[in-house]
Amino acid sequence: MTGKEIDSVTGVETTGHVWDGDLKELNKPLPRWWLYVLYATIVWAIGYWIVYPAWPTLNDTYTKGVFDYSQRAEVGKEIAAAKEAQAKYFAEIAATPIGDIEKNQELLPFVMAGGAAVFGDKCGPCHGKGGGGAVGYPNLNDDDWLWGGTPEAIQHTIEVGIRSGHGEARDMAMPRFGLDGMLKRDEITDAAQFVLSLSGHGTDTAAAGRGAKIFTDNCAACHGDAGKGNQELGAPNLTDGIWLYGGKLADVEKTIETGRGGVMPYWSGRLDPVTLKMLAAYVHSLGGGK
Amino acid sequence: MNMMNRTSDLAAGENATAYARRQKIYPKLAHGTFRRIKWAVMAVTLGIYYVLPWLRWDRGPNLPDQAFLLDFANQRLFFGPIEIWAQELYYITGILILSALGLFLVTAVAGRMWCGYACPQTVWTDLMIVVERFWQGDRNARLRLDYGPWTFEKIWKKTGTHITWLLIAVATGGAFVFYFRDAPTLAHELVNGDAPMVAYAFLGIFTGTTYLLGGIAREQVCIYMCPWPRIQSAMYDVDSLLISYRDYRGEPRGPHKKGQSWEGRGDCIDCTACVAVCPMGIDIRDGSQMECIQCALCIDACDEIMQRVGRPQGLIAYDTFRNLDAPVHEARVPVRWFRPRTLLYTALILIVGGVMLTAWMNRAVLEVNVLHDRNPVFVQLSDGSLRNGYTVKILNKQHAARSFRIAISGLEGAGMTIVGMSGPEPTIDVVTDDLRALKVLVTVSAAKRGTLAGQATPFRFAVIDARDGSVIYHDATFRGPGDE
Repeated sequence: MTGKEIDSVTGVETTGHVWDGDLKELNKPLPRWWLYVLYATIVWAIGYWIVYPAWPTLNDTYTKGVFDYSQRAEVGKEIAAAKEAQAKYFAEIAATPIGDIEKNQELLPFVMAGGAAVFGDKCGPCHGKGGGGAVGYPNLNDDDWLWGGTPEAIQHTIEVGIRSGHGEARDMAMPRFGLDGMLKRDEITDAAQFVLSLSGHGTDTAAAGRGAKIFTDNCAACHGDAGKGNQELGAPNLTDGIWLYGGKLADVEKTIETGRGGVMPYWSGRLDPVTLKMLAAYVHSLGGGK
Repeated sequence: MNMMNRTSDLAAGENATAYARRQKIYPKLAHGTFRRIKWAVMAVTLGIYYVLPWLRWDRGPNLPDQAFLLDFANQRLFFGPIEIWAQELYYITGILILSALGLFLVTAVAGRMWCGYACPQTVWTDLMIVVERFWQGDRNARLRLDYGPWTFEKIWKKTGTHITWLLIAVATGGAFVFYFRDAPTLAHELVNGDAPMVAYAFLGIFTGTTYLLGGIAREQVCIYMCPWPRIQSAMYDVDSLLISYRDYRGEPRGPHKKGQSWEGRGDCIDCTACVAVCPMGIDIRDGSQMECIQCALCIDACDEIMQRVGRPQGLIAYDTFRNLDAPVHEARVPVRWFRPRTLLYTALILIVGGVMLTAWMNRAVLEVNVLHDRNPVFVQLSDGSLRNGYTVKILNKQHAARSFRIAISGLEGAGMTIVGMSGPEPTIDVVTDDLRALKVLVTVSAAKRGTLAGQATPFRFAVIDARDGSVIYHDATFRGPGDE
């Protein structure tokens, strides 16, 4: 077999390869420019190595490329540009008293967006992404506030935290009536029944009657004679239906026994003042604020 | 396979090449009906493409007055009276679906009409060949020039060709960028050198691709880059009208001297006029093949020859496989236009078109969207009342500022407040072409909790146009703990 073999059916030259005795492959070569395109991509890739950062080097760094391009620097520039674009909002927020921010319809969407982002990062892990709270972590959407629900009070709480170690932290400890032996077991039950009766949730009128005196002696100093609470001290209102640690008898008994007392970190010094203000305005806008 | 065979195979294999030089094609100018149709299509399509961005359309103040504008910066597409917002991009999807179905239908009826007449690759290649012919002459002159030595004449003819190609390419890329920004402004900016970088980049890209694909690569694009040739054979059937060589009439072919008898031979005189005009460089007499874009120029070329030798025209013509394969061609059945395939495509086109038209007729210039807060789903307040939070988004697509009030209906004893606004039903201003998101709190008092229908009570938000009192309702649910 010498030279080219032409397939009689198609008139196309074969490659000469034979399978199974009689199957032959037609020679349909790729266009050569196709090959050149492949070479061009290889050349392009080599150019890329030279122009842009590419190779790691032994001393824990990498080749920088002739353009000195850095994605990190580019991002830095973009962040700076974005910050500059936001600067006028930040200036305006800084100049606006917190109570007036919600009324400023131009500022509000920016504050809500910024506040929501920070809230999701810093507050969401405990309070929930939407501020819905959980047992031991206050729901920020309702109107029951331990330390006050005005924009100013909320901002102060965020700044100093609660039992956070900050110099001005919101701090008031409810005594551990059970653990420290100040009340006996059945006295705790009576007091708990009385507390529940304040919001109409009591189940044992006799016990609640006995608990009234215990309450006056031990609890009224902070929670008030009528159990309405005291935001100066962070003492919860016991007459509403909202319970931070649960509203069942066992929950309330446990609270009296151990005193509870949650902790919230302080954010002043960790967030800038404008961000703190946006955060406070956002929390207030969740709907529970006074 | 024995040893002998293998050795000889390898020897033969060494002669075969994996990569072949491109066979340059020198299409000859055809004259006839289809060439005239193609000239007309070229004039119309190129005309539309180059002129469209310069047409004006008055939309009133603060809006672009360019008739066709893809305004990416403001996320709007303007097509004359039609205006598509970013959230209505499904209209574009609909147009793409319609285009695909239209392509299927045309292919099923008459082969690659799109490829042969209207595809940009075909149109621009055709234009580039006109330029080539202008500078270097028709097929034979171009062949002579290419195979001849490099003379001064060859140099200036080639230079003229490439310069003209580049000018066309620049105009093409230029026309493209004008679709994305106000054309007169951009033209000014481009000349003064202060147009956006992206405009220059796309101008460059489209100049390069037009020159490369239309001027240089040509048929290589259709054969090696375009997927459609691979799909086409599934899109047509034995009843599709395809450009066909009627071999039953043409064979046996052979040269024919004037005055010779036509008895006992076919009409094809093997003049290869059909091959000379083919922009794909194929021989249609080999039958239907992947490379054929069905541009019909071979029909023109063959008809001219048939007329000259005094044989009937239509040796190459639009014909169906059914007729080509028929035992008696003269008694051919008429083309079956209505068959399941064409009926299905037509029905689909009508359905999709109808759905789009209906959607467009009902397109509102006001859109209301209500999102129910998910975390928490509901809130119990200290006085025992229940509250749900909603984000109400009002999108004003009218080209005028509008004012609205929001009210709720179907929820007994419910109160509503909008964060940042005072009063029970404050006026909400939404400026032209804008969206306003409001945080709305709906409260059901403790006394009315009994009227709630379990965990989810349906009710409606009403967005009332403050000027004409027209109302848009949006369904929502009020959630609560249900039976305690």
